[in-house]
Amino acid sequence: MASFFSTSAARNMFYGGTLFSVLLFLGVTLHTESVLPQRDQRAQIATNPAIAAGKRIWEENNCIGCHTLLGEGAYFAPELGNVYKRRGPEFIKAWIQSQPTGAPGRRQMPQFHLSEQQLDDLVEFLRYVSEIDTAGWPPNIEG
Amino acid sequence: MKYASQAVAKPYFVAALALFVAQILFGLVMGLQYVVGDFLFPHIPFNVARMVHTNALIVWLLMGFMGAAYYLVPEEAERELHSPRLALVTFWVFLVAAGLTVIGYLSVPYATLAKLTGNELLPTMGREFLEQPTITKIGIVLVALSLLYNLSLTYLHGRKTAITSVLLFGLWGLALMFLFAFVNPINVVRDKFYWWWVVHLWVEGVWELVLGAILAFVLVKITGVDREVIDKWLYVIVTLTLVSGLIGTGHHYYWIGLPEYWQWLGSLFSALEPLPFFAMVLFAFNMVNRRRRDHPNRAATLWALGTSVMAFLGAGVWGFLHTLAPVNYYTHGTQLTASHGHMAFYGAYVMVVLTILSYAWPQLHGRTAQGNRSQVLEMWGFWLMTVSMVFITLFLTAAGLLQVWLQRMGDTPLPFMAAQEKIAFFYWLREGTGVVFLIGLLTYLASFFIGVKGSPAYGGAARS
Repeated sequence: MASFFSTSAARNMFYGGTLFSVLLFLGVTLHTESVLPQRDQRAQIATNPAIAAGKRIWEENNCIGCHTLLGEGAYFAPELGNVYKRRGPEFIKAWIQSQPTGAPGRRQMPQFHLSEQQLDDLVEFLRYVSEIDTAGWPPNIEG
Repeated sequence: MKYASQAVAKPYFVAALALFVAQILFGLVMGLQYVVGDFLFPHIPFNVARMVHTNALIVWLLMGFMGAAYYLVPEEAERELHSPRLALVTFWVFLVAAGLTVIGYLSVPYATLAKLTGNELLPTMGREFLEQPTITKIGIVLVALSLLYNLSLTYLHGRKTAITSVLLFGLWGLALMFLFAFVNPINVVRDKFYWWWVVHLWVEGVWELVLGAILAFVLVKITGVDREVIDKWLYVIVTLTLVSGLIGTGHHYYWIGLPEYWQWLGSLFSALEPLPFFAMVLFAFNMVNRRRRDHPNRAATLWALGTSVMAFLGAGVWGFLHTLAPVNYYTHGTQLTASHGHMAFYGAYVMVVLTILSYAWPQLHGRTAQGNRSQVLEMWGFWLMTVSMVFITLFLTAAGLLQVWLQRMGDTPLPFMAAQEKIAFFYWLREGTGVVFLIGLLTYLASFFIGVKGSPAYGGAARS
């Protein structure tokens, strides 16, 4: 690089550029936080304790290790962000209870031994997620 | 090796390679489970294999970064490490914590592990890549603090170079962003928003600073090019990284409940994310072309050039492929994401750790370079692993395109599992290529034992 561009100029560009980007990112974050209540269904969380309980069951059984939730997670098993709309509450519960299928050569889901209460909480959590405004994603009901 | 305390890098490098082997073995298990669904079920369900595969990767790359930092900071600062003893104690704490966590994953159901480790006190488990029990996460914070204390004091009391400044900036950022692993609101949208502050701001932010610093250090050493030139390149690269990558976080914010303006911000800024990687290619090839000496460690030179090219392809090109919001609408959460993830991690981070390891390992053993036979084996390992990673990426890309077409674009979209069955052919090809990768890894490891003490093919002649 030419001599008019000194090392200290390059260093200042780095620290200046970084500071600018950090501030811009934090600024947009603040705005995002301020408009989120209109999109993220937080009123439901406050009034329905089953959602929090369901999220804990979702996490403590590592569901994300095979499935995606709003497109994030593992790509081994179906998207569950919209499974409530695709399958409905009773199917979800029956499906979880009947695992593993044991069909030879097929992908297997473990048996998690969830109680009726836990199944209901998990379904409530999945219903809540299915109602988040995701800008029209996924493209169709198959996820 | 100029300073005795640089030797603390050795156990970090050895542990990194051991975990690398574990990562690949579990990757092969998962790859097979994609087509033989009940393989090893119920002993190792897919989610368990995946946790070991991804967590082993993260830990071994961190081990590699730490080894690199303990090796290069004293040399750059021109003084001994502040406390070599602390660095060794930290190593064992990190290794035991990682080992116990993996044993936990493999020996009990995840829900039991959550219960045993008191997840309900401070729930952080069960999120992708952050599956570690909360106690392990606290351990990681302590390890990072110890590392930063040790390196920062060494830095402050010694010569400060652009390389160590950028490296420490990156490592401090790494530790700081990890604190968001403890942020886990019930609100799924906010949970995901801040989860990316760990995941994206690591791999598309501060880790790239660590990558740039390590690459610059090795290029200084093997090319003998004037430091002033290398420093400027490094600052330009890391500026491009953070200016594109920070707001570029927005490319993860399109479909998870956040405002639509992230589609514009994310698309615009992340479209610039290939630039720092392109600059890295120019940087590495320019420096090697302008070299003042022919360093006898040809393998290290190959890794340095290779990491720049593969990082550009994997992180830059394959990232750009699906980063624009209208494209990502169809590709989000498919095998296309997996294809990008594999080549980006390999090209940017696996290869840069192997670059510093290749350069530092002989130095740590009192040699300028490994013997010729060892280097030939190492370069065979390089090509086998790199070419198979290219094909793994291509097969996953084919799988991803078909998945998008069958499940999301056709007139009669198929259910997830029906689409998976139709693309099984590409999963088989990926698994076969994975076996070639393992052979490459074993060849690479053999280079540490065979012909190391012979003379290199050519000595370190100076060039005019």
